[in-house]
Amino acid sequence: MQGSLKSSSYKQLEQRSKYTNIFLRWFLYFVLILFASYFIFPLYVMIVTSLKTMEEIRQGTLLTWPSTLNFDSWLVAWGGRGYGAGDTFLKPYFWNSIKMVVPAVFFSTFIGAMAGYVLTKWRFKGDKWIFLFLLFGCFIPYQAILLPMARTLGVLGISNSVIGLVLVHTVYGIPFTTLFFRNFYVSIPSELVKAARIDGAGFFKIFFKILLPISTPIIVVTVIWQFTQIWNDFLFGSTFSFGEAAPIQVALNNMVLSSTSVKEYNVDMASAIIAGIPTLIVYVLAGKYFIRGLTSGAVKG
Amino acid sequence: MKTLKIEELSKNFGSTEVLRKINLEIDEGNFLVLLGPSGCGKSTLLNIIAGLETINEGNVYIDDYNVSKVEPKDRNIAMVFQSYALYPSMNVRENMIFGLKQAKVSKEKIEEQLQKVSKFLQVDALLERKPSQLSGGQRQRVAIGRALVREPRIFLFDEPLSNLDAKLRVEMRREIKKLHQQLKTTVVYVTHDQTEAMSLGTNIAIMNHGVIQQNDTPENIYNKPSNTFVADFIGSPSMNLIKGNLKQNSNQISFVANGSNFEIPINGYDFKEKSNLENKEVFFGIRPEHIFSKKSNDGDFEINLRADLSEYIGHEQIMTFDYENQEVLAKFPSTIKIELSKNTKLYFDLTQISLFDAKTEERI
Repeated sequence: MQGSLKSSSYKQLEQRSKYTNIFLRWFLYFVLILFASYFIFPLYVMIVTSLKTMEEIRQGTLLTWPSTLNFDSWLVAWGGRGYGAGDTFLKPYFWNSIKMVVPAVFFSTFIGAMAGYVLTKWRFKGDKWIFLFLLFGCFIPYQAILLPMARTLGVLGISNSVIGLVLVHTVYGIPFTTLFFRNFYVSIPSELVKAARIDGAGFFKIFFKILLPISTPIIVVTVIWQFTQIWNDFLFGSTFSFGEAAPIQVALNNMVLSSTSVKEYNVDMASAIIAGIPTLIVYVLAGKYFIRGLTSGAVKG
Repeated sequence: MKTLKIEELSKNFGSTEVLRKINLEIDEGNFLVLLGPSGCGKSTLLNIIAGLETINEGNVYIDDYNVSKVEPKDRNIAMVFQSYALYPSMNVRENMIFGLKQAKVSKEKIEEQLQKVSKFLQVDALLERKPSQLSGGQRQRVAIGRALVREPRIFLFDEPLSNLDAKLRVEMRREIKKLHQQLKTTVVYVTHDQTEAMSLGTNIAIMNHGVIQQNDTPENIYNKPSNTFVADFIGSPSMNLIKGNLKQNSNQISFVANGSNFEIPINGYDFKEKSNLENKEVFFGIRPEHIFSKKSNDGDFEINLRADLSEYIGHEQIMTFDYENQEVLAKFPSTIKIELSKNTKLYFDLTQISLFDAKTEERI
């Protein structure tokens, strides 16, 4: 008697917990979709606006799908209208940014990897202090170094040039990249380096043959981080360059804010998307490694 | 000619003294085990022999040649690490020949060595695999292979078995022993596991606090520990150290435990120094396996002790007895039944005892 009573009440409990689970699951999806749409919404508006003509935009239908897909504004944003003076368009500045971002990311990542290698595997007297100062470098606000950096670039004779910007971004990136690589290499057993030393490999050979080949996750993390930082930078770009040497973010600002005539929202939106696309591509291509790298050692330490 | 000689070696990290005046010698073909608790400096000593760590004082000689300031690669040594330290990005073949390639050995010679060693260690089927695709035992084999292809004068092993599970550890231990028997290369082996040390070593150097406590054959380490540290460190459970005094009348020498009047005659003990023994405070050391529940030799000494505790561990049992408030442990076959809380007749094998000065803790 008692046994059967018990089993029926268990069944009831089972039912109830099943309904609760279903409800919670749906609630979870609801909340997630809500937040996701909140984040995706501005991008949607940008894309549809960039595909509309100015007449359509003036009607004030912000959310509606464009009546015809019109890529003219994208062409204007990228290549201009073709007349001479006062026509700002992104193409040359896009290449400026590429010329700045590729070497800056390369050098800052490489130097950071080297520094992280030395700080973990070739300990020397005072290495803790050096690391502390580098860490301190992560917390120096951008604004604080503007004037000294401007002076330095002036003395070196590379102000208002892509090379100058490469130098600024490399120097400013080293504390971060060093931190990433140090924390990664700390988790790699030092016995690996000892074994290689007994095998007769030297400082550089150990770095290039043993450590670098297993550093893919942290290289990806560092490259994404540095690429995003440098590509999206506006402050250094606008301070240390102007006119033809400016990177894309500065050009975007000039385009959007300094137009004298009617505001062309579709061109503005297309330009903004173009300026944002490279970082997006980097994330999509390497995002998988980014998460893996962050969890596999970059955070550890 | 000594294959390895260490002379008055000292090492400190900042203000902490890690090694103090170490002297060691190894003859060709011997297997020296450095044994000690963690933090005793044994791994540092090994790293110094390898040249991975600098020396503060003293010298290291390999084949009578002072290598104190010689780079690791030029010392003609090879090392096997606890974590195996296989290069993760290279396959087994590349791992094993990396050292030879660095040394610019000819391609034919490299290939010959690789074939020979990989067959010998039965890893010839694994040559194209990455370390991550190998089991623990296979990794260990490859790590040993990487050391073997270099044909070094001295093999250095840094706790090579402690990452393996218990069963595999025993297997690999036997393989290392076989390896040494076949190759007869000089070995220095670091471990904290006394069974490993006892079964592998032709010599064991027991270290504590950066000092070598005793450097001797396994038999002497076990039977004639030179101080209470060694006596306590070797053996499981470790040697009973009963505190008491010596008593000497005419030709009789006996031991009296603290708080007791009972005299244990120790005439047969081989004293280093026979003078000044009267009333000397000593530790009377006897191993649990040298206490019996039945008289087996004529020399066995009968004593009555109260049984307090019994620990059953399958093939044997460890009994704890009370000797005037000092614990005495004994190891018996598990078939023997002994009642707790009652006085039991025990027999001490007095030919196996050790005596230590209670003040200096040195063997007397």
